[in-house]
Amino acid sequence: MLNAFQEGVVVVVCVNLIAVLGMSVLTGFTRLFSFGNAGFMSIGAYTAAICSVQLRLPFPLAVLCGAAMAGFIAFLLGSLTIRLRGDYFLISCLGFGECVRVLFNYTKGLTGGANGYSGIPYRTTAAVAFFCAVLAFVIAWNFIHSKYGQSLSAIRENEVAAAANGIDVVRCKKMSFVFSAIYAGWAGGLYAHYLRHITPALFNLGKSSELIITTVLGGLGSLTGSVLGTLVVQLLPEFFRGLAEYRMLFYGIAVVLVILVRPAGLYGYREFSITGAVRFVRRLGKGDGQDG
Amino acid sequence: MADLLTLSNVSKAFGGVHAIDDFSLSLPEGAIQGLIGPNGAGKTTIFNTITGIYRADAGEIRFAGEDITAVQPHQAAQKGIARTFQNIRLFGNLSVLENVVIACNMHAGYHLADALLRLPAYRRAKAEAEEKARGFLEIVGLQDKAGERAASLPYGHQRKLEIARAMATGPRLLLLDEPAAGMNAEESRELVDFIFRLREQFAVTVLLIEHHMDVVTNLCERCTVLNFGRTLASGSMEEIRKNPEVVAAYLGGDEA
Ligand SMILES: Nc1ncnc2c1ncn2[C@@H]1O[C@H](COP(=O)(O)OP(=O)(O)OP(=O)(O)O)[C@@H](O)[C@H]1O
Ligand SMILES: [Mg+2]
Repeated sequence: MLNAFQEGVVVVVCVNLIAVLGMSVLTGFTRLFSFGNAGFMSIGAYTAAICSVQLRLPFPLAVLCGAAMAGFIAFLLGSLTIRLRGDYFLISCLGFGECVRVLFNYTKGLTGGANGYSGIPYRTTAAVAFFCAVLAFVIAWNFIHSKYGQSLSAIRENEVAAAANGIDVVRCKKMSFVFSAIYAGWAGGLYAHYLRHITPALFNLGKSSELIITTVLGGLGSLTGSVLGTLVVQLLPEFFRGLAEYRMLFYGIAVVLVILVRPAGLYGYREFSITGAVRFVRRLGKGDGQDG
Repeated sequence: MADLLTLSNVSKAFGGVHAIDDFSLSLPEGAIQGLIGPNGAGKTTIFNTITGIYRADAGEIRFAGEDITAVQPHQAAQKGIARTFQNIRLFGNLSVLENVVIACNMHAGYHLADALLRLPAYRRAKAEAEEKARGFLEIVGLQDKAGERAASLPYGHQRKLEIARAMATGPRLLLLDEPAAGMNAEESRELVDFIFRLREQFAVTVLLIEHHMDVVTNLCERCTVLNFGRTLASGSMEEIRKNPEVVAAYLGGDEA
């Protein structure tokens, strides 16, 4: 049905979408910035790979273990760092991500060190990746629209008022952090079973930045915005192959522009809906749609 | 009547500033009591200490017979203490309805698994919370604004929304920090009626900080006057108005 190139594009978009959705819950809805989510991706990827190769667990179970491990580590890390003020929290996540990378570099016996871990079976087909992405979106959507997700938005808007309305701010922030780590770990496990060979360098600070940039570009506080952001960030370089080397440069410029021109991102603080789109088009037709 | 809230010899200092100093207060269940005093007297600090935003340096706070001196803010809310803020604190980017729904969520009985899988318990509780929230919007007359962004409301409506949100947590005690600030005489009179109606309908006890003396006089049976973190006088409105110290320190100017 799809050729190898198309299959690869679908997998890469879907895998990144899962990680970005986690990031979106953490950054877009809770206003916590983490520059360490690639670290959770790599924990998920290595755990799933080892479960698959060494322990011979079936693929879904291996991916589940990867996600669970990432969530567990986030729970431990979050217990220590979640009370820190926003900027300190961000730095602690950045340090964590780099620690994980270096750790996997040095544990040669288990992870193959800098040369990477190979021999992972190919299991993440386009169909699997797409199914997981849809599932991830539905679960994130339900989460965000539940009292748990609403508590996160409340914390983002005003921590003091959130607490005064019965919301346990520390606990909710930790939940958001663990949620984003589980998603990153899920994405990592899938990615490992697509690439078949993973190295610690795949999940470096650049990858963490890319996740944040995608979330900001797509729009904070919007899951559909995150889908849009992922499509833009992952697909544009495929269409402009020659410019692939400059992609980080373009992302950087794009983010600066977005923050200056449209601080809420491409699609911030609202969700795409069919009825909304119809209304918008009607309004455009009447010629008074200037406020979009 | 039993006391719902008692503060005994509570103190709170910031560096060298004794914001509240050996302060005591008892609030009978069902009362509407005033807390007045000049700027910087420590009124808001008392609210912040009751609700766990600040931890008292000394003294004890009891609510419904329970020691709440060391509770966290969210625990104070869960025990039944709701409040509004002097400088309004809404969830600005969220809709008017969501602001109140979030307060209703405190009593929404479903678990994470129900939510992630959209089980019936979740859908039912969510619908209930929304309906309840609409009810509270109706009480403050904001039912037509449910879909608007909270931050886009005019100032007076924002104050009403904050009260609706506080009431939606189902409190036994409501702390209002200058609810009539920025209101004209007509709006202040409406506010007085509104607070009386709240007490009637929800049997809520009210402690109110207010600079508008007409509001305090019309609403409160009793009143505590604060100056430099200490109680200057406490008693019925009649006694307060006749107290020479109070007249000198506080009422002097605008009663003349
Ligand atoms: N977080 C804080 N840090 C330092 N000082 C504070 C803090 N909060 C209050 N204060 C000080 O405590 C004193 C009492 O302040 P508070 O806000 O309780 O007064 P208030 O009676 O509410 O006054 P107003 O009528 O102006 O609202 C003031 O001197 C204030 O500067
Ligand atoms: Mg004050």
